[in-house]
Amino acid sequence: MGRLILRRLLAALPNLLGVVVITFVLTRALPGDPAAYFAGGAATQEAVDQVRRQLGLDRPLHEQFLHYVAGLARGDFGLSITTGQPVLQELLTRLPASIELVLIALVLACAVAIPLGVAAASRPGSWIDQLCRILTTAGVSLPTFFTGLLLAYVFYFLLGWAPSPLGRLDPYLTAPPTVTGLYTVDALFAGDAKLFVAAAKQMILPVLTLGIFVLAPLARMTRASMLAVLSADFVRTARASGLSTGTVLVRYAFRNALLPVVTTLGMVFSFLLGMSVIVEKVFAWPGVGSFALEALVASDYAPVQGFVLTMALLYTLLNLVIDLLYVVIDPRVRLAS
Amino acid sequence: MSAVVAPATAVPRGGKEEGRKTFWSHAKYVLSDNPITLFAATLFMLFVLVAILGPWIAPYNPLATNVGPSLQPPSLKHWFGTDSLGRDILSRVIVATRIDFVIALSAVGASFVVGGLLGACAGYFGGWLERIVMRGCDMVMSFPLFVLAMGIVAAMGNSVANIILATAVVNLPFYIRVARTEVNVRREAGFIEAARLAGNGDARILLVHLIPNAMPPMMVQVSLNMGWAILNAAGLSFIGLGVSPPAAEWGIMVAEGAGYIISGEWWVALFPGSVLMLAVFTFNLLGDGLRDLIDPRRRT
Repeated sequence: MGRLILRRLLAALPNLLGVVVITFVLTRALPGDPAAYFAGGAATQEAVDQVRRQLGLDRPLHEQFLHYVAGLARGDFGLSITTGQPVLQELLTRLPASIELVLIALVLACAVAIPLGVAAASRPGSWIDQLCRILTTAGVSLPTFFTGLLLAYVFYFLLGWAPSPLGRLDPYLTAPPTVTGLYTVDALFAGDAKLFVAAAKQMILPVLTLGIFVLAPLARMTRASMLAVLSADFVRTARASGLSTGTVLVRYAFRNALLPVVTTLGMVFSFLLGMSVIVEKVFAWPGVGSFALEALVASDYAPVQGFVLTMALLYTLLNLVIDLLYVVIDPRVRLAS
Repeated sequence: MSAVVAPATAVPRGGKEEGRKTFWSHAKYVLSDNPITLFAATLFMLFVLVAILGPWIAPYNPLATNVGPSLQPPSLKHWFGTDSLGRDILSRVIVATRIDFVIALSAVGASFVVGGLLGACAGYFGGWLERIVMRGCDMVMSFPLFVLAMGIVAAMGNSVANIILATAVVNLPFYIRVARTEVNVRREAGFIEAARLAGNGDARILLVHLIPNAMPPMMVQVSLNMGWAILNAAGLSFIGLGVSPPAAEWGIMVAEGAGYIISGEWWVALFPGSVLMLAVFTFNLLGDGLRDLIDPRRRT
């Protein structure tokens, strides 16, 4: 097992290198001359040249790349011009907010989509199958930003059930002492039930928005994969042997149907990370996405690049976890390797 | 949809006409069997018509401010209401159709052509070309796609062309992979050997014998991609990348209405958002239908 994990880690290295190369290329593709840009509008030619030397832009490209990689290895993502802080630090303080949103949405979507897909596949043509079909077709057509606004309008403005859809916490409440950075978890650590409820309430709408979006591909894949497995010979044998429907469905069929679903999970996570930017903007959620957008508006490029890199690293990490999940779910993968 | 029905007078003569006739009759069969696809095709035609005629059928100038009082709810005079600058929302929604469709179609078209050619060459020649192309795919695929598109537009500059480029680049790997596999499995096939022995060059074999065979799965990929491409473009403009504000575009219009929705002015964001949703829905339905038409085995 340990050797397998090590091997997967090594296999992820070229991906990591690719991510760094693309981010580097994007850094160099800044519109116009980066040196002139960083030196400011009123800079003289001399000042621009000096900035160019300072940034190392006068050196050959491969040297610049090595310099860039060395900086990344030291945790140097550059400085944010607007806040004057190192980008890495800015990203790290905001990352928990985004992760809280994405993870809870993922768990919620799985909790709804997988049972729905299984139920739809076990009774093809029934009302639940139709419901699943409608949900999956409609779900992939929903623009996240629009669903978010619609939910805010219905549940905040019309019904008044949800709190004001701005930020992670009511402005009159103070955030719990930071342990993990996830407000709900930290509130529980602090033993503050009221704070926990307030933080959870604030999350309902953004989490719903993200969850609805990723529900569709998950339910669709679960249904298709269950349908394929349910028509397999070993399921028929299990049924013929008189095993109960529940046992056949869960122990025989579901476990075998899970592998493609886990693969879809990787794609779904890519969607989630992308859409979280939009959802953070809609709900003024102070995560890495809205940080990157603020920087973008101010033409402050280092945070944007840091953000793209962070997201890619998170995604690579998750794909690694999924690779390992395969091994847990399906012993055949372990035997094959 | 009378255009889809095969002309009854068409007499099958050559092999080509024969093929076309079976395609149309198959299309007719699938469409009559599947009213939803017919509905989607009608909607699609309607969208295309609006995209072409947009500026002529819009009741007001989409950019003119104060054509009515600002932030008026829908009325007979302004069917979709007016926005904060007193612009007519219906006119803006109509005119925006063209730009959204141009972005989606050209992005998908570009990744289809470039991805198809790159993938086909990679699958045919193999070797270092294949390794480089596939490694490039892996690199793009290791980003969350929307985030990479964001990064590309941010780095290259805010313009419609760059939105198209970003959407195309992000979709490239899917087309490359499909084309490569399709070409790779047929590379050693008998009819390719025969074509080679008959004196055809590599380029001709690729273009005439291999790529046409890769078309069906490529078209399925297109059908799955169209809806996503339009969502991607609208999402980018929603967060302020790409199309710039005074222009009418669905994503921007929703963004402009976002601030008003929690104070109750729902129509500013609702109408462009719903039309965008309808467009994506149409593409997805049409995609499912197209898949049934081209690849009946994958019908669900």
